[in-house]
Amino acid sequence: MPPYKVLTAGDTGLVVEFGDGVDRQLSAFVLALARRLNEARLEGITETVPTFRSLMVYYDPIVLASTALVARIVELMEGVRTSESAGRLWHLPVCYDCELAPDLGYVATRTGLTCATVVERHAAVAYHVYMLGFLPGLAYLGDVPAELALPRREVPRTRIPAGSVAIAMSMSCIFPRETPCGLHLVGRSPVALWRQSTGAEFGALLAPGDRVIFAPISLREYEDLHAKAAAGKLVITPVDETRDAAA
Amino acid sequence: MIPSLHIVRPGLLTTVQDLGRAGYQNLGIAVGGALDPVSLRVANALVGNAPGAGALEVLYLGPTIAIEADDVRMSFAGASAAIEVLPDVTATRGKRVETMRSIRLRRGEIARIGSLSGGAVLYLAVEGGFAIEPMLGSVSTDIRGGLGGWQGRALTAGDRLPLRLPRASDRDECRIEGLDLGYRAAFRAIAGPQNDYFAPSELAAFFASDYTVGTGSNRMGMRLEGRHIAHARGHNITSDAVAPGSVQVPGNGQPIVLLADRQTTGGYPKIATVISADLPALGRLPIGAKIRFESVTIEQARELRRDLLAEIERIKDRIVPVGCSDADAADVAPKLSHHNLISGVVDAGNWAI
Repeated sequence: MPPYKVLTAGDTGLVVEFGDGVDRQLSAFVLALARRLNEARLEGITETVPTFRSLMVYYDPIVLASTALVARIVELMEGVRTSESAGRLWHLPVCYDCELAPDLGYVATRTGLTCATVVERHAAVAYHVYMLGFLPGLAYLGDVPAELALPRREVPRTRIPAGSVAIAMSMSCIFPRETPCGLHLVGRSPVALWRQSTGAEFGALLAPGDRVIFAPISLREYEDLHAKAAAGKLVITPVDETRDAAA
Repeated sequence: MIPSLHIVRPGLLTTVQDLGRAGYQNLGIAVGGALDPVSLRVANALVGNAPGAGALEVLYLGPTIAIEADDVRMSFAGASAAIEVLPDVTATRGKRVETMRSIRLRRGEIARIGSLSGGAVLYLAVEGGFAIEPMLGSVSTDIRGGLGGWQGRALTAGDRLPLRLPRASDRDECRIEGLDLGYRAAFRAIAGPQNDYFAPSELAAFFASDYTVGTGSNRMGMRLEGRHIAHARGHNITSDAVAPGSVQVPGNGQPIVLLADRQTTGGYPKIATVISADLPALGRLPIGAKIRFESVTIEQARELRRDLLAEIERIKDRIVPVGCSDADAADVAPKLSHHNLISGVVDAGNWAI
C-alpha cells in the first residue's frame, strides 16, 4: 500500500494525496482509489476529481461525517494496486504543418532539434491521461519526452484556436475550445475533445487513465477531417486492443 | 409569439444561474451556479418556483427588461436595488419597486434595474422559470466553458429569454419577512489543504488580518488586498482540485478566494478554505468590502452547515402576502437583525450566513 495523506479542503472536500509531482505511479494510485470509491457508491459522496497526485473527494458532511469518510478511505486503500485502471487506447490525428503550428520553429530552436525531429519525438510516445481540468474535456497528457520539455511562454497568448496541440514542461494538451494559453503550439487536431448538446449526448472524449498516441497527418488530411468534424461526421473510437492482441 | 423577457439593456453581467452543475468536475466542468444560492432560493420561493430553478443573476448594475408576455410574475432577492417599472419603452419615469418581493408585470411594461447597494448580487426569478434546456442537469451559464444558460454567455441587448408560463397565475403578491441577505466582514474558514506551505506565523497573520475585496474580483474569484502572505516552500504546487471557498495564495502573496466559477483545478497553494455555510454570504460581498477570516474546526463547520440548512428550510415560512402587517414577524425580527459572532461560534438562532 502506498503512503498517503488525507488533507482537509473545507468541510465538503477531502484530498487523498499520494505524493508530489507528476508521476505515473502516483496517478495510478489516484485512479485506483477513484475507481474503488465510485464502485463503493457511498451515500454522501457527491463527486470525486482525480488529479496528478491526489484525489479530491467532495461530500455532504451532514450525510457522511468526515471521520466516517476517512475511515472508509482507509478501508478502501487496503491492497490498492497500480494496475487497477486500464484505460482505453486512442490514436488521435495531429497536423504538425507550420501553418497550424506557430511555435514549432521556436521549440526546435530552443531544444536544438530540427522541426521534423520535434514532431517525430512528440508523436513517438504513448501519453497517459493524468487528469481533465481547466476547460470542459481538456486532458493533461504526459509525459512529453525530456528533450522537448520547455517552460511555459513568458507571455501567454490571449486566444488560441480550438484543436491546438500544445506542450510545456512534461505536459501536452489538445485544447477543446478557444482560450487564452501559455503553452507552445506545435500542431492542430481536428478531433473534438468535448461534444456538447443540450440533450443526452455530451461528453469528454478522453478519461483519466486513457492512453493517447498522436498520428501525424498532412495539412490536406487535416482540412478533410476538420470539414468532416464540422459536419458532425468525424467518429473517433478507441483502438480495439483485444482484437489487436488476438491478431 | 413565444412569451419572453426582452433584454433592452443587459446590465454589467447578467447571467442565468441555478444551483450549479456539480458532478462533472472530473471532466473539467466547473460547478458554477449562483454566487449566493440563499438569495436565489428566496427569489424562487417568492414566485412559487422550485428552490433551484434558474433565475437571472445581476451583478452590481442591473438590466432593463421589456415584458413580451400577457403578464409575468417576477421577484427580486439579494442586494438592495433601485428598481423602476415603466409603462412602456418611451416612458422616462415609473414607479419604484422594492426588492425581496414579487410583482406582476404586464405586456409592454419595462423593469429597469439600476445600481445595487448593500451587496454585489441580486436575483430576478420569474414564475414558472425560463424555457431553457438544462445542460448536464443545470441551466447555469458557464462563460469560460461556453456552455449552459443562455447560449453559454452573459445576456446582451436584444436577447429574448423564453418563459415557461404564458401568463402569471392568479394569486396575491408576496414578500419575505425577517431575513437579512446583507453581508458581513467575518467568514469562518478551515486551515488547509496546503497550510504546510506557509510558516505558522504566516497562517496566524492570515487569520488575524483585515483584507479588502479588490477590483478584478469576478465570479471565479475574489482578489483580496491586504497583508502579504509569504510562502515557505514556493508558490507552485502540482495542480490539484480546488474546493469552493479555497483561499489560494499566488506569487504576489495576495490571497484569492475561489468562488462559483472557479476552475476545477489549480496550481497555487491553498492556505485555508471558507466553510460551506458561509459561501452564500461570501458570494454577495462587493468590491471594496472588508473581509477577515476566523479559524474553525471541521466539526464546528458541520454544525454551522446544519444551521444554514435549517434556515433554508424556514425560507418558505417567512413568505407572507404583501400588505401583511410586520407585527406577525416582530418577535423574530430583532434577533435576526444583527450578526453576533462570539469566539467564532455563531448563535444558531441567527440568520448569520
